[in-house]
Amino acid sequence: MAITMTSAAESHVVRHLEHRDKGIGIRLGVRTTGCSGLSYVLEFVDKKSDEDVVFKCGDVQLIIDPKSLVYLDGTQLDYVKEGLNEGFEFKNPNVKDECGCGESFHI
Amino acid sequence: MALLQISEPGQSPQPHQRKKSVGIDLGTTNSLVATVRSGIEAILPDEQGRDLLPSVVHYIPEGVSCVGYEAAEHNSTDPLNTLSSIKRLLGRGVDDIKTLGDTLPYEFTSDEGGMPRINTAYGVVSPIQVSAEILRKLAGRAELALGGMLDGAVITVPAYFDDAQRQATKDAATLAGIKVLRLLNEPTAAAIAYGLDTEVAEDESQQRLIAVYDLGGGTFDISILRLSKGVFEVLATGGDSALGGDDFDHAIANWLRIELAMGETLDVVEQRILLEAAKSAKQELSQKEQVEIEVLETALVLTREKMHELIDDLIEKTLKACKRSMRDAKIDVNSIDEVVLVGGSTRMPSVSEKVTELFGLKPKCSIDPDLVVAMGAAKQADVLVGNNTDGDMLLLDVIPLSLGIETMGGLTEKIIHRNTTIPVAKAQEFTTFKDGQTAMSIHVVQGDRELVSDCRSLARFELQGIPPMVAGGAKIQVSYQVDADGLLNVSARELSSGVESRIEVKPSYGLSDNEITQMLQDSFSHARDDMRLRGLREQQVEADRMLEDLRAAIEKDGQSLLDDSELQCLHLALDELQQLRENSEDHRQLAAQIETVGKTSEEFAARRMDASIKQALAGLSLDDALK
Repeated sequence: MAITMTSAAESHVVRHLEHRDKGIGIRLGVRTTGCSGLSYVLEFVDKKSDEDVVFKCGDVQLIIDPKSLVYLDGTQLDYVKEGLNEGFEFKNPNVKDECGCGESFHI
Repeated sequence: MALLQISEPGQSPQPHQRKKSVGIDLGTTNSLVATVRSGIEAILPDEQGRDLLPSVVHYIPEGVSCVGYEAAEHNSTDPLNTLSSIKRLLGRGVDDIKTLGDTLPYEFTSDEGGMPRINTAYGVVSPIQVSAEILRKLAGRAELALGGMLDGAVITVPAYFDDAQRQATKDAATLAGIKVLRLLNEPTAAAIAYGLDTEVAEDESQQRLIAVYDLGGGTFDISILRLSKGVFEVLATGGDSALGGDDFDHAIANWLRIELAMGETLDVVEQRILLEAAKSAKQELSQKEQVEIEVLETALVLTREKMHELIDDLIEKTLKACKRSMRDAKIDVNSIDEVVLVGGSTRMPSVSEKVTELFGLKPKCSIDPDLVVAMGAAKQADVLVGNNTDGDMLLLDVIPLSLGIETMGGLTEKIIHRNTTIPVAKAQEFTTFKDGQTAMSIHVVQGDRELVSDCRSLARFELQGIPPMVAGGAKIQVSYQVDADGLLNVSARELSSGVESRIEVKPSYGLSDNEITQMLQDSFSHARDDMRLRGLREQQVEADRMLEDLRAAIEKDGQSLLDDSELQCLHLALDELQQLRENSEDHRQLAAQIETVGKTSEEFAARRMDASIKQALAGLSLDDALK
């Protein structure tokens, strides 16, 4: 099982963590909600729980709870610019189907 | 694929729930739009990567041709249709504009209300319309950058803007289709960008005084703010609406003219060349000690010292305005805790040195002074729209203690809960307790305890002229409204007759931080007691109602409908209820007895019902009765 991150995503995460001045990494997750079943969680982490799984990506810790991991295995976190808009994107090979805007999805 | 931002722990938004908000600095010369991304404030640039949008709109017969840099290019070729510095006209009357002494090159007319209109190739436009074009352009930029419609914006205004100017700014936003979360004073926005509001919340000191020194291209503003309990208050403002970086350029250009031995009168081209040389020299001198200026085939050297000499008078003028506003605010220069620099001209070392000297402390200048106001507005917008629910930031403009009303039994019914952001309005319906009740006393209280006696009384007033009805028949709507200044307005209105009564109070008046904290602490530590007491009071009110009703019924029908033993049984139950009502501290015991009395009196109630139906039907034929 693996979760990875592009170098663009990594440099943004590092910058955000530095700016925030606290936090040990970021959490990637999945929860059940939304118009198409599942949606992504992307949060700063101040304290991880015992059951969390940690992936090291350069200097950044990607923290994932085991329940989410099954949905996210093989995912690559990317940082993209679309015109003036920019932000993080989950490149998740498990996704079968997503809602129009991609904020929620099906496995 | 929607692009995501990193949220604070536990605050990932639901899909489609992340709110898109921006802060807009609607400036006289330039405007900006900013947002908060993954917790960092960021200016949203245009497609060419430019942060600023010149506040310029160009009109052609078909309408608006362009806004911003492109519009500014028409300045020299089509000055009558190229509208700039419109902010100076916003919310002003034609008479005001004459006294402004502005030499704006536009053709003014006035509408019936005496508000200025500008004649353009497109037709007559109002300053509000022009401002709306600028706002629309910025909102469009933001919607592209955020990938969707905006949920709201915070727009900054100068601290000295009056109601009419603020309203005009709001109207312009509405016209541009932007939902205004709040208008924010520019100096307050700058202080927020530096996080001064949250620092105070942590160290709990009572208040801090902040001076915001804003030297832009064409205007100078000084504002003295007082920050207490997380709320900013403007103590004094001052400045000069015709003094700014442009005047520095003119002073340097004038020196160039003398050095180059040119005459007093220059043509437009020469003037522009000198001004541009002056401006770039000024900017370079922020980094270097001296610069070489090549102008009109001559090379000149300008040192920082010399420039300082040239503009010293102008800086001195701003310092005088600072001293004046501190006098207005009745505060001593030494009591200022923080100085914040805003506006591009504060980059000049000579300016920041002088300011440091005056206040005796190092001013805050780590954020780009051109962008700082928009950044602060973005931060505030992020909070107001609900993306950042971290407690500290919310201390800004919230209700520190719940506001409620006294109900039967001395209980508080909270109408506006503490930590609600203001402005806010809430209404709740109440009813009468007794048959034929024609007046109701409204007691406004503040606090989070369950009993009125543990809360602070703010005001009392009476609603009179309620039409007599059975208990519970009247509908009285009580509305609490707290405006942005923290003023509470309470009104009570009987809905069927429309009779109304109202009162205005200032809720935070006279309560110190410590008192507020103490009251809150009490509400936590007494939570269990309060819950028990509330339960008890509720049962007591219920017992009173039952005792009163049943005694009245016995008085009337007891002899005719009940035999002696039944009557005695009921009396016994009532006496016990009365006794428990007076002495019991246990709401469950009281509730049990209320139920017992209810059961005991069931038969009596049924017979009374029968009797009253019989009475009503007596002497009627079946047909009449069924009508």
